[in-house]
Amino acid sequence: MSTVATSSIAPIKKSRFSRQGIVMTVYLVFLLLPIYWLINMSLKTNEEILSTFSLWPQHLTLDNYIKIFTDPSWYSGYINSITYVVLNTVISITVALPAAYAFSRYRFLGDKHLFFWLLTNRMAPPAVFALPFFQLYSSVGLFDTHIGVALAHCLFNVPLAVWILEGFMSGVPKEIDETAYIDGYSFTRFFTRIFMPLIASGIGVTAFFCFMFSWVELLLARTLTSVAAKPIAATMTRTVSASGMDWGVLAAAGVLTIIPGALVIWFVRNYIAKGFALGRV
Amino acid sequence: MNKTWNNKAWWMVLPVVLLVAFSAVIPLMTVVNYSVQDTFGNNQFFWAGLQWFEEIVNSERFHDALIRQFIFSAVILAIEIPLGIFIAMNMPKKGWAVPVCLVLMSLPLLIPWNVVGTIWQIFGRVDIGLLGASMKALGIDYNYTQNIADAWITVVVMDVWHWTSLVALLCYAGLQSIPEAYYQAARIDGASTWAIFRYIQLPKMRGVLLIAVLLRFMDSFMIYTEPFVVTGGGPGNATTFLSIDLVKMAIGQFDLGPAAAFSIIYFLIILLLSWVFYTVMTHLDKQGQKS
Repeated sequence: MSTVATSSIAPIKKSRFSRQGIVMTVYLVFLLLPIYWLINMSLKTNEEILSTFSLWPQHLTLDNYIKIFTDPSWYSGYINSITYVVLNTVISITVALPAAYAFSRYRFLGDKHLFFWLLTNRMAPPAVFALPFFQLYSSVGLFDTHIGVALAHCLFNVPLAVWILEGFMSGVPKEIDETAYIDGYSFTRFFTRIFMPLIASGIGVTAFFCFMFSWVELLLARTLTSVAAKPIAATMTRTVSASGMDWGVLAAAGVLTIIPGALVIWFVRNYIAKGFALGRV
Repeated sequence: MNKTWNNKAWWMVLPVVLLVAFSAVIPLMTVVNYSVQDTFGNNQFFWAGLQWFEEIVNSERFHDALIRQFIFSAVILAIEIPLGIFIAMNMPKKGWAVPVCLVLMSLPLLIPWNVVGTIWQIFGRVDIGLLGASMKALGIDYNYTQNIADAWITVVVMDVWHWTSLVALLCYAGLQSIPEAYYQAARIDGASTWAIFRYIQLPKMRGVLLIAVLLRFMDSFMIYTEPFVVTGGGPGNATTFLSIDLVKMAIGQFDLGPAAAFSIIYFLIILLLSWVFYTVMTHLDKQGQKS
């Protein structure tokens, strides 16, 4: 029976593999071509970018990268971005963990309305909030601080974190909680010693998504900062207009913003789809 | 799962409520405040009633932006959802190629949105970009800063490039959850590829597809940074979507009253759509628990 099945499946798989290979190759080339072009440009001098058109650098140069790493107005942008992204991730996870537990285990007054209200904040267009945020954060002295941007990004990251974590927590049987309480565990001991290790992958994925959405957002980050906490993405837009299109440095800065994402992706590659499905696959 | 009724759970939710309330409710109240007042400067405000709302609802500018926004979201969904399903079905199932595909496909999702814009701005330029230069070499008159159709194509292709992987990854996760026995049974029955897709794969992907459709709809509905960097809303107003128009009005022209009314109408549309999303999601969760 099994031999029949495998022998009849084998040729189908082989013929599908070649078609699959072609489709995936075309798609990945489509994805990577613009990124390749960016890297290509970042390794050229401005003269070469503007004068000759070539598929790879004729005179390989690292000057653009050197400029970024030696100029504080450039590299401080990276430090600022990383600072508020990390702050935001830590805050989001810390407050979202107990809330997600409450949503996944208990029913309480107004729980469904509350959950929906949180959700609407994930769906709220940042453009709506840009101006009032500016005024609110200026008036309480949070303008142009890392913590200010981190708090602003909590607007969409906390609901997302609650939502993903709730999905993962609902996958843990309730009997585990009850057994632990019968065994005499206090809530905090149970939560930190037993429950958090059980959903460790979920926490990792949530942290990744908080990192990601805080890292890619620019509108609020740019509105809420001027100098001291200016994110790298904003540094890029401003320098371009000021220095009359320094394409090489712009491309190099772009390449450097891709690297942190590419690094963290490797660690969550098997969970990324589950995270996007909000823990519900 | 049956949940126990316990109002003390509010204490666990309280930090989240306070934090989000600070970031959401206070700014929203500011917006509401502006939307019903007028000013002659000097921070002196007086009551304007629903004047701004009437103005926005009747303004051609808002209608045009709204129509452009719906067309854009519709085009995005019509391309990205089928393409995402198609890609997901062609992704390798095991071996070294799986992590490679996953990582490379996720790459565009992790690029800051304005860098996405910058990448395509450079890529599409006729003088220094690969795409623009290739078009020119092929004899096609392509210029996204001048030609409306080219600007639209560039913005749409950019979004497809940016987000199709999200749809594909979600569908892939859905496909992975189908047991091999289903396919074997289908083969024994002599089911065609189309029948397998229609009766096995599509129903299994329903949940993730719904999330994909709604995430893509929401995010394309509030798109700002990428088209702003590439086209700046132009040529003319051809790619001025709702968010771009709103920021122009609020920060560019500092028309606080109309911008606030605009914000609230925009937010209400989103709210309505979120409600539909939430209802359908919880409905699906319930169905999932039953089966």
